[in-house]
Formats: sequence, structure tokens, C-alpha cells
Amino acid sequence: MRDLGLYDYLPYDERRPKIRWPNGARVAFWVAPNIEFYELAPPKNPTRVSWPRPVPDVQNYSNRDYGNRAGFQRMLETMDRCGVRGSVSLNVAVCEHHPELIEACAKRGWEFYSHGTYNTRYMFNMTEDQERELIQDSIDTIRKHTGQKLDGWLAPALSYTEHTLHLVAEMGLTYICDLFHDDQPAPLKVARGRLASIPYSLEMNDFISLLVNLASPRHYGEILKRQFDRLYAEGEDSGTVMCIPLHPYLIGQPYRIKAFEEALAYITRHDKVWLATGREIARHFLDHHYDDFARASLPVGEAP
Amino acid sequence: MTLPADYLRYPLRRFGMDHDWYDWSMLSRRPKISWPNGARVALWVAPALEWFPLDMKGLPFKPPGAMVTAYPDLRHYTLRDYGNRVGIYRIMKLLERHGIRASVAVNAAVAARYPSLVQACTQRGWEVVGHGLDMDHLHHGALPAEEEKALIAKSLALLRKASGQAVRGWLSPAKSESLATLGLLAEAGIEYVCDWINDDMPYAMRAGGRPIHSMPHSTDTDDYTVLIANHHDEDEYRDQIIDQFDVLYAESATEGGRILSLSLNPWVTGQPYRIGTLEQILEHITRHRGVWPATGAEILDAWKKGG
Repeated sequence: MRDLGLYDYLPYDERRPKIRWPNGARVAFWVAPNIEFYELAPPKNPTRVSWPRPVPDVQNYSNRDYGNRAGFQRMLETMDRCGVRGSVSLNVAVCEHHPELIEACAKRGWEFYSHGTYNTRYMFNMTEDQERELIQDSIDTIRKHTGQKLDGWLAPALSYTEHTLHLVAEMGLTYICDLFHDDQPAPLKVARGRLASIPYSLEMNDFISLLVNLASPRHYGEILKRQFDRLYAEGEDSGTVMCIPLHPYLIGQPYRIKAFEEALAYITRHDKVWLATGREIARHFLDHHYDDFARASLPVGEAP
Repeated sequence: MTLPADYLRYPLRRFGMDHDWYDWSMLSRRPKISWPNGARVALWVAPALEWFPLDMKGLPFKPPGAMVTAYPDLRHYTLRDYGNRVGIYRIMKLLERHGIRASVAVNAAVAARYPSLVQACTQRGWEVVGHGLDMDHLHHGALPAEEEKALIAKSLALLRKASGQAVRGWLSPAKSESLATLGLLAEAGIEYVCDWINDDMPYAMRAGGRPIHSMPHSTDTDDYTVLIANHHDEDEYRDQIIDQFDVLYAESATEGGRILSLSLNPWVTGQPYRIGTLEQILEHITRHRGVWPATGAEILDAWKKGG
């Protein structure tokens, strides 16, 4: 089995060029709320079932809906209090379903990047034409509703074909959040264009930590602080990236938001932390470090 | 494998929801609710009395608490039954000490098997909430509407007779519904359902042209989810409920009345080593000014007046 050859090998040691973030920051810190719409009765994709229970899966559907109705506001106010802008990982159909959420984010100068159209429309099994149509939909919808150029991508429900990331680059996006191989940005070997992988982190993702690893809310807060402490220390030598990917339906629950706010306040009261968006991190990396990283990377050998 | 030609068509891509059961509405933009006597948080304690048949089929999915081993799974069957025999009485004593009346969701089969248990609840002024026939009769998308209608009628008839109450609320087994459930429940005189976990407050729903309301019955923080499914320990469970309460209580200062919903499975929390945790939780909550212990129906009535 081959892999997709999307990146070369660049060890996390002295062979790696140094990253210098703006104003001598040690860590580029960004928060990526996933603002999503899960359809009650989506069309079937042969590769993935949308809901664990038969339609209507009232419990799981309404759990996701909680994020938009109630959790979002709590998350928003917490981020406001800590002075953090979000980079919204957006199911772009939310622009039509819930424009109030989009307005609240846009008003605060948050970035919007694409997380597909719905979280219940998977890219598995798409033709290239279908993928292009989906990506173009995101470019157009985000432009129409926010005026922003679409720069970033996180595939809907992390579903892909072998072509997805190449097509995203070809259509003018500059970064993706889909790869988890590093704590610093990385150049990607795409057919056309220049594309950076920006660390997004499944480990810090509230879904993975709380629902897969079953961390308690208070322990999740501890995890965030420990992750930050180490990346902050290492960032003195070469700039690191820390991302907290969120889901309002999870982190916006009253019993979770308190521990999260403590962690976010802890992180943001440090100096030398660049409170950035995904686009800003990608732009800095592409302008200043991408070529050096590409040159220093070592070719990957053939598996026997 | 290929996708159907209409995989990227979106007929329901529009303002609001992709169904007509309720309107899209952000909690933060709604009118503030005032509870009776200026209370800040309504405390809604909601234990469930369930019966998992020993030979249950678990279709179309296994509900939480279902049998696990090959038949006869005496081990899980009797542990669930422990809740109806021992655990619930431990909880009753504790709630009585704190002056709290609960809304108890009862499988009709429990009312038939243990009529004295339902009496013990009603004697304490508890509200009885419909909870289907038993944990092996789920309401789900493939259930024919006529069958479901009969199932609801049978469950409510048994429960109304056993409790002598109108039975205004409903919790579907495993919070599972069909497309017809809401309409059938409204037709059968149900005023509120506990299946939808998308809000912190009640809200109006439409059910086949009839009104019905959703009540925020907790799932995330119920004892089964935290202690059994998530494997958190008792102290972590306590901390989560306390954090839930503290945030809601603080919010109520500016956002209007809130609800702390405490759903319990007596076979989980009614264990000797866990009941003290529930006691710590109730002590934390009830020591605050402006906590209103109420049943679901009382909360709904107050919400209708104050909305």
C-alpha cells in the first residue's frame, strides 16, 4: 500500500529551519470552532452512515442542533472575554440556515474557512467534478455571505478522495487542516499551487478528547494547559502552533464551558502568544518559511 | 462506488431547520423567563423506572442499559431491577430530606409489574411521566404508525390507571422517535416531550397541527452517560453537575430563569457507594438562594406564563 505522497520527511530536530512568528511570539495560537449543520435525512453515501440510529435519529440530531441554538453563544462570549478571534470551520449551508451565527462571527472579524456544505455530505466516492462543485460552492457561499476569500479547508466530517487536497490547492485555497503529522506548518506536494498544512490537532479537539478519549471536562482543561505549556517552551527555539478545534454543541454545554474558559484564560494571559487565525498563520508561513521547509525536507523512501 | 446524481442537490437548504417540528431560535435572543417567587434555577429531578425484558431483541438498536450477554443475562437483568427495588427507595429518602418532588418516567410494564412502586411515587406527590411500554419497544422510523399509535395508547392507559394522574409528559425509551411520534403523542394528550436535547429551556413544537413542547431533559449529564458510558468516577460526576449548576445559576442573573435537569437511573445512582455523591450534589444546589425544586409539568406551566 502506498500513501498519497503529500509531504516529505522533515524531522523535528536541528535539521529543521527555525520559524519566527511576528513580534517574537513563541506560539501561534488559534481557535477553530466547527459551526455545522447535520441534516435530519441526508442522502446515503455508500461509505459512511450519517446517523447511528434510524432516521429520525432524534437524540443525535438534536444534540448537534444544541450547538447552534444554545452552545454557540456561550462559546462566543467565552472567546470574547479572552480576546480570541475564531477561525470558523464552516459547513457553508449554515449561511442559509442560521445567518445570525454568521453575522455574530463576521462582526467580530473572525475568519471563515470551509468544512464542506453539510456535515452529512461526505466526499467519499465523489468524482473530481463533484469535488470541484462542492469546493466552488464553498468559495461562492462564503464570498456571498461574508465577503471573505476562502483560504482554508477542513473536509466535511474528515471525508476525502485521493484528489481532494490537490483540487483545493488548484482552486486557490492556501491551507488545509486535514493532516495531523506535525506541530508546525508544513509544505504540501500538490499538483498545482502552493498549499500549507496548518496544525489543527485532533488531540486538542473537544470531540476527540471528550467523546472518544472520554476526558472529563475539567481534565480537558488540564490537557489544554499542558499542551500549551510544552509548545510555549519549545517555541522559544522555533515557533510552534497550537490549535483548539471546538464544537459549540460540546464545549458550549454549561458543565464544560467553565473548565474551558479557565484554560483559555490561562493561555491568553501569557505574552509572546500570537492570537492568530488560520489564514494569518498560513500567510506568514507561506511568505517566510514554506520554501525553506520544502528545501530541508528529505525524500521518503519506498516501502519494501 | 459512485454517488447518486442528486448527492449535491439541497432541496431543504433554506433559512431555519430542515423539518417543520420547531422554529430555529437562539436561546440568547428569546424573552427572559421568570420563575415563581423570583427563583433563578428550577431544579428538575427526573429518575427513570425501566424494565428491560430478559429476552429483549434490542431492535432496531440496543437502548442504553440493554442486556449484554447471551440469554438469560441474569446479571444485567437483575442489576437493572435493583434500581426498581432498592435504588429508587434510597433516592426517594434523599429527595424527601431535601423537600424535592421528582418527575418519574415510568415504563408501563413497570407500573403493571410493580403497582406499589408507582403508588410510592404518587404518594410523595411525584409527577408520573410516560416512558413507553418497556425498553424493548422503541419508537423508531420503521415502526408503522398504526402500531405506534396502539403502543402509545396502551402505555398511557396503563400508566394513567396506575397513577391516577393525567400524565402530561413523555420520555420515549432511549429518546427514540419515529416521524409520527410527536403527532401521536399530542393526539394522546401529551403536553411535553423529553427526547430533544437541543436546548436549555422549553420551547414550542408542532406535532401534526397540534401544539406540544420540548423540555430540556439532560442526557449528557445523566448518571448513566457520565458514570457508565464515559467511565468517569463519582467525584467527576459530582463536579460536572456542580459546574453545570454554577454556570446556569450565574447565567440566570442576566439571562432569566434556567433549569437544572437531573436525570437519574436508580440502578446507577441508587447504589450505596454513589448515593452520597447525589447527596453532595443536592446539598450544593439547594444551599443557593432562588432554587425552585419543581416537576416537569410545573416548570412547563410556569414557562408558559413567563414566556
